[in-house]
Amino acid sequence: MNLLLFSLFREKKRRRIEELNENMVVDGGNGDRSDWQGRWDHVNKFLERAGPFTHPDFEPSTESLQFLLDTCKILVIGAGGLGCELLLFALSGFRHIHVVDMDTIDISNLNRQFLFRPKDVGRPKAEVAADFVNDRVLGCNVVPHFKKIQDLDETFYKQFHIVVCGLDSVVARRWMNGMLLSLLIYEDGVLDPSSIIPLIDGGTEGFKGNARVILPGMTACIDCTLELYPPQINFPMCTIASMPRLPEHCVEYVRMLLWPKEKPFGDGVALDGDNPKHIQWVYQKSLDRAAEFSITGVTYRLTQGVVKRIIPAVASTNAVIAAACATEVFKIATSAYVPLNNYLVFNDVDGLYTYTFEAERKENCSACSQMPQDLQFLPSAKLQEVLDYLTENASLQMKSPAITTTLDGKNKTLYLQTVASIEERTRPNLSKTLKELGLVDGQELAVADVTTPQTVLFKLNFIS
Amino acid sequence: IDNYDFCHNRAALSSGTERLTCNSITLLKCHFGLSVSFTTVVESHPDNALEDLRLDQPFTELKHHVESYDLDNMEKKDHSHTPWIIVVAKYLEKWYSEHNSQLPKNYKEKEAFRQLIREGNVIHHIPRILTNENGTPEDEENFEEAIKNVNTALNPTKVPSATEDIFNAEQCENITSQSPSFWVIAHGVRDFVRNEGNGKLPVRGTIPDMIADSDKFIKLQNVYRDKAMKDAAVVSKHVEALLQSVGKPPESTSEQEIKLFCKNAAFLRVVRCRSLAEEYSVDTFNKDEITSCMDSTDSEMVLYLMLRSVDRFYQQHSRYPGVYNYQVEEDINKLKLCVNSLLQEYSLNVNVKDDYIHEFCRYGAAEPHTVAAFLGGSAAQEAIKIITHQFVPFNNTFLYNAMSQTSATFQL
Repeated sequence: MNLLLFSLFREKKRRRIEELNENMVVDGGNGDRSDWQGRWDHVNKFLERAGPFTHPDFEPSTESLQFLLDTCKILVIGAGGLGCELLLFALSGFRHIHVVDMDTIDISNLNRQFLFRPKDVGRPKAEVAADFVNDRVLGCNVVPHFKKIQDLDETFYKQFHIVVCGLDSVVARRWMNGMLLSLLIYEDGVLDPSSIIPLIDGGTEGFKGNARVILPGMTACIDCTLELYPPQINFPMCTIASMPRLPEHCVEYVRMLLWPKEKPFGDGVALDGDNPKHIQWVYQKSLDRAAEFSITGVTYRLTQGVVKRIIPAVASTNAVIAAACATEVFKIATSAYVPLNNYLVFNDVDGLYTYTFEAERKENCSACSQMPQDLQFLPSAKLQEVLDYLTENASLQMKSPAITTTLDGKNKTLYLQTVASIEERTRPNLSKTLKELGLVDGQELAVADVTTPQTVLFKLNFIS
Repeated sequence: IDNYDFCHNRAALSSGTERLTCNSITLLKCHFGLSVSFTTVVESHPDNALEDLRLDQPFTELKHHVESYDLDNMEKKDHSHTPWIIVVAKYLEKWYSEHNSQLPKNYKEKEAFRQLIREGNVIHHIPRILTNENGTPEDEENFEEAIKNVNTALNPTKVPSATEDIFNAEQCENITSQSPSFWVIAHGVRDFVRNEGNGKLPVRGTIPDMIADSDKFIKLQNVYRDKAMKDAAVVSKHVEALLQSVGKPPESTSEQEIKLFCKNAAFLRVVRCRSLAEEYSVDTFNKDEITSCMDSTDSEMVLYLMLRSVDRFYQQHSRYPGVYNYQVEEDINKLKLCVNSLLQEYSLNVNVKDDYIHEFCRYGAAEPHTVAAFLGGSAAQEAIKIITHQFVPFNNTFLYNAMSQTSATFQL
């Protein structure tokens, strides 16, 4: 029985290769697009035929393909492990694609970011990815942007029908989430659906991954489910400074304490995880540290892993999650099927496991609920406590919030970290009480942070 | 570009009796199956593994080490940097003396044990209570760790059932010169367990990080490490003797292999898959699994039945249903006949909804590449698992539905 299946399979494969080779000859059939006959057959079956499981709004038509080919504009954020795989959906007919990535190619990327070759090391990922796809997929036009997502503004983001993310940081995801939320238009409190740009977000870590569909303003956003993200592991300073036990503690000691003290490569030269000389120095010093405490296990690889905060990446997980995301892009762009509603989890540590569920919106989400966020503090509480709350609270998890407010009709910065001179000037405010700073019950505080492109408004409530 | 090939090439297939077949990748659903006779996994890397601390039955070296601590006569600094394992061990001794040497077993007893530790932290002739800013007493952090870990640290040490099954397997019992090293070492570990181990596996040798000063932590870690090495050496002796008895040189298994095996002894897995023949034969196919899954008519099982029916269609008509637009309507009936003949042949009294038959004709054997990529990535990793004997492969049929983004694994 199995022999029969195998021979059928082989026969089918042989036939299809013949078919493709025959039809590779350019024929003018589709205007000047140089599409060979049957190029879009697979896709057309989903666009031109009715079926029992399609989206309720779906209508079969020959024009859907034209929309994909000519009009639909997709933005891919990230051209790394997920991004490279995501760009594959260019094969389904999407031709107007932009890709944003601020990174250059490292040799360690080559085992899974398959659009890159050894000769590309050092070049911007977005540009090499775009070149590769444009060469490989006839008619496709990928436009690269070698930039941070924060360097582009709303006029840029507004032009896209769908945004797909293959990011490696929660902060970046939240920013993107916030940007799309800021594009929503409300008329008399009612959301204008044409202002919604769907966000499809994929993430992987080793053998685990997830894919989710976000309709900003309608379904759960990134911040609604912030608690789902595992906390970063940071070792306590006292362990690093005086009581190391693990090889990782030794490396962190060198990175955080020794490097700033000894400045081995010059004043103001920051530790660069991609510079082998830097890593070699850290490695040697970590060995010394470890020897002091009889700790074994410090290796070059471990050193680099700790410095760069490397989480092992597996090519197959990226393939699977990107595939799931790309399927959603297709579904949403064509309305062929009901999109994922709205969160898929994948894990292949033991067998193959997926779990699909609907993540719920948080009623008072700081990003998408449009509800003013409440803060409860004693009037005698210090500003430092407010700062701590903003960074430590699980639903907020801000990184370096800047707090401003209106006092006596004038805008006043209470505390700002990101500009050294202002930080110095406002630092004394941290040890003042809220009352001393002139804040009253019901005071509105505007907080800006790298996790969101828009300021978040908080209402201060005094408790007694 | 042949999308299917592109993705398929990423799955490195091994030869011999192991076969990972990517069958019928068509349409918006796909499935693949595994028909390996069995695959052994030494490093399964479980997500949530319990530690192997032996607190319920401390080995001699651990007992001595614990004895070297005198919690009542320590400097405060030492006291708050004593590893929680030592703390629990000390209080367990106290508990034993008051409870007839019985481990705390249920929630009530574990809670009482935790209370014992809390009180112990407070009542000392030298005040050791930390107080926070508001003046309320806090436990020392290492004592807090001890309390937190009571739940899992006091589980009785025993051989997990999966490992027991491996010990009792036929391949483990009957070692020959052809036996793969997995079974040879397993037999060696089994000998250890039944003799020097007193019913317990070789000590794993690792401890989790915990609040402690470097010196105390490293010393404690070394106690476990050294014991693990000792146990592994004993296992090595058993393995050597075994190899000799079947005429193989002792170098056939390396020290490293044996050490790795001992370290993972609690996580060993063997995955036995049925063959394609067993899956397809009317006498041995898994009727129960299919029937019970089909109780819910939209279970992924219906996709499996549809894929089998589509294969049948191909056999009869030398083409797939609905490839050309004009065929879609008429193929629905033809495909339905295939479905019915399949159900009849296997005496399956299940209901396959017409919607699915229509849907499969609609597909016309289309292979959306995103679906192929999902399958390709999954299959590639499964192949790697089998080749490297790390992580646990699926068993044995995986179905993916891209419409709903759901999946299921069936053992067929």
